Amino acid sequence: MSEERDHTTDRGRDGRGVRAPLGTERARSETAASDHSEMDRRDFLLKAAVATLGTVTLASCDEATREAFFQQHFHEMSADDKAALIARHQAAYKEKYGLNFEISVKGPLDGVQYGYALDLNRCVGCRRCEWECARENNCSRDPEIHWIRVLEMERSHGVDVLEAEQYYAPEKVPVLDQFYMPVACHHCDNPPCVKVCPVTATWKEPDGIVVIDYDWCIGCRYCMAACPYGARHFNWGEPKISTPVACEELPAAEGALQTAAEYPRPHTRDCVNTNTHALGNVPRPLGVVEKCTFCIHRTREGRYPACVEICPVGARKFGNLLDENDEVRYILEHKRVFIFKEELNTQPRFFYYYG
Amino acid sequence: MRFLRFVLESIHVATHGSKAYFAWVGFLLLLMALGAYGYWSQIQNGLSQTNMRDPVSWGFYIGNFTFLVGVAAASVMLVIPAYVYNWKPIKEIAILGELLAVAAIIMCIGFVVVDVGRPDRLWHTLPSPFGELNFPRSLLSWDILVLNSYLFLNLFIVTYLLYYSYIKKPYNKSFVYPLLWLSIPVAVSIHTVTAFLYAGVAARPFWNASILAPRFLASAFCSGPAILLILFQVLRKTTKFHITDEAIQKIAELMAYAMALNLFLLAAEVFREFYSDTEHVMYSKYLFFGLGEHRALVVYAWSSVVFSAIAFLLFLISKTRKNFVTLNIGCVLIYIGVYIEKGLALIIPGLTPGTLGEVYEYVPSATEIMVSAGVFSLGFLLFTIMVKIASSFMNYDLAHAAEPEAVEDDSDAEEAVEAAGAVKA
Repeated sequence: MSEERDHTTDRGRDGRGVRAPLGTERARSETAASDHSEMDRRDFLLKAAVATLGTVTLASCDEATREAFFQQHFHEMSADDKAALIARHQAAYKEKYGLNFEISVKGPLDGVQYGYALDLNRCVGCRRCEWECARENNCSRDPEIHWIRVLEMERSHGVDVLEAEQYYAPEKVPVLDQFYMPVACHHCDNPPCVKVCPVTATWKEPDGIVVIDYDWCIGCRYCMAACPYGARHFNWGEPKISTPVACEELPAAEGALQTAAEYPRPHTRDCVNTNTHALGNVPRPLGVVEKCTFCIHRTREGRYPACVEICPVGARKFGNLLDENDEVRYILEHKRVFIFKEELNTQPRFFYYYG
Repeated sequence: MRFLRFVLESIHVATHGSKAYFAWVGFLLLLMALGAYGYWSQIQNGLSQTNMRDPVSWGFYIGNFTFLVGVAAASVMLVIPAYVYNWKPIKEIAILGELLAVAAIIMCIGFVVVDVGRPDRLWHTLPSPFGELNFPRSLLSWDILVLNSYLFLNLFIVTYLLYYSYIKKPYNKSFVYPLLWLSIPVAVSIHTVTAFLYAGVAARPFWNASILAPRFLASAFCSGPAILLILFQVLRKTTKFHITDEAIQKIAELMAYAMALNLFLLAAEVFREFYSDTEHVMYSKYLFFGLGEHRALVVYAWSSVVFSAIAFLLFLISKTRKNFVTLNIGCVLIYIGVYIEKGLALIIPGLTPGTLGEVYEYVPSATEIMVSAGVFSLGFLLFTIMVKIASSFMNYDLAHAAEPEAVEDDSDAEEAVEAAGAVKA
């Protein structure tokens, strides 16, 4: 019942906003005064009709649907609200995948600012990170969503996205005279996507991770227009993960490069990752935007992102920028570092370097 | 009670008319049903029913939205001469511009609603504590604010004016004039904010131009009045609306200035892009010449430029401006020209090539066309009904018609609207 009442209140408030000019009229015009009772009555009837219709529609839904409809912004939730959210999502995922999900809402770790470095000299363009990322983060397989895109570009040209090829498919990589540049969310300190979101559904966490509240996003896609790295992806269709099998522990990254047979899909193993974070790799609903979260469900537990672990050539480095002995810190201080689209002043937490 | 009678009378006027009126309304309802069918399948299957994808994440819907924000400005072209300069010939018909603005803004809202992935969550755009509107940081939140302000301002003004026509009393000038004057800066703001929505996106060099807001204004002052000019000619033949040649010519003249400015700003932009020849010229190249095999926009881009140029000449030369045949050709050409320019030719090159260089060639899907037709029909229907009510009440001798026959007599107003609608379609 309380939800229904909330709803009526929302509508009512909205209606009052609509009526503002009438109030102005009352203050200024004597001639029109006689008609106000009619206007008020009509307005009241309209509001009552809308409220009744809304209440009836919502009352006819089951409780979970109502809860989902009225779910608050992540920032507004109490610990109890979050517990209820987790329980509701677990029930929904159980029904959809037949699996028990662990959903964390763990906050940032103290004294940690994440940073990522990628060695352009080492990357061979095998796309293992791309596939592993999609699996780790429960990205939809059909339609296919990949948070990492690997660009193939000519060595003689250097970084030139207008000449870049995302859909390269040679027999074997790396191709002579080509180099490879994986791109995902740069977790900018000055994120254009966060700025443009009309409903504050995406924000930067205190540890530097840019996250999305998938239950708050309205799917307007303004952030996708604003992101200079093509990092944001939309669920155009109902996201599907074909094999409802929970993933086992990841095997350690194998040192050897891929063979022709397993290229370009080195990971045929398809599974659902039940170890999730509410702002990260929980399965997403239809019609919302998603992107890389630096594997928030892992990194907030002190683990590496999946792409760092799977990279067969050690091109990916991840760490805490506040730690003086950190690998990424060392790279930033000693290597030739390249910031992608630096002129846009996005101030990424993701750095390319030449090792 | 009188207001209730006004409402009932309005409903009566809207539901009584000639066969032509009902044929037109029926046609619109049919298109709306088609749109509803398309939207239903979109709700069921997601926006995968459209041809938008990650590289081109906005398309036909947002293009139509942007164009219609421009059309909504039409009222300003009438309000300024009518209520700032007290120019009588336009004063009597300024209300038609406001009605068009109301219909256009409702279509705008419709196009945003059909474009979002989660319409069930639109309440999140309410300000805190209900929703979490990101004001003032997000330009989209500004747009929500100014579009709604403009809608309610115009809706209030037209209701007020029509009500006073209905009760045959002079309206209170000192009350309604300030509101009319207020509608001028608000109309400018809906364009400016919508232009800033794009111009503020540094990731898309095609949009990230300071000239965008002035271009929006210039093109808006061409497209909206183009509809009205044709509508005026029909209304004055079919109703008792008193619309003089003088009024039509004045608006046409103002449009000619706006067209000149629009073409000049386009030329300034084209010069900068192609002469400086940086990598940012790629988007304009895609628009005007295509990139390799990807040439979907080329024919539209050139049609838009050629149509706009011809329309400008037709409006500039007083002989062709005063000839109603060439004037109407000019109206149709400028309408199509701006529809392309502020629609697909603005949105798509902004997103093509994508930020990672991907060229995804976008053309609207059947669902997108159906849904868009539905939204347009909704707007035309509202406009038709509002114009019918207005033309009925603005004629004093026919207002307060107790006998249904009297209303029937007046019903040929709808043919006017029908013709105007046909031109738009």
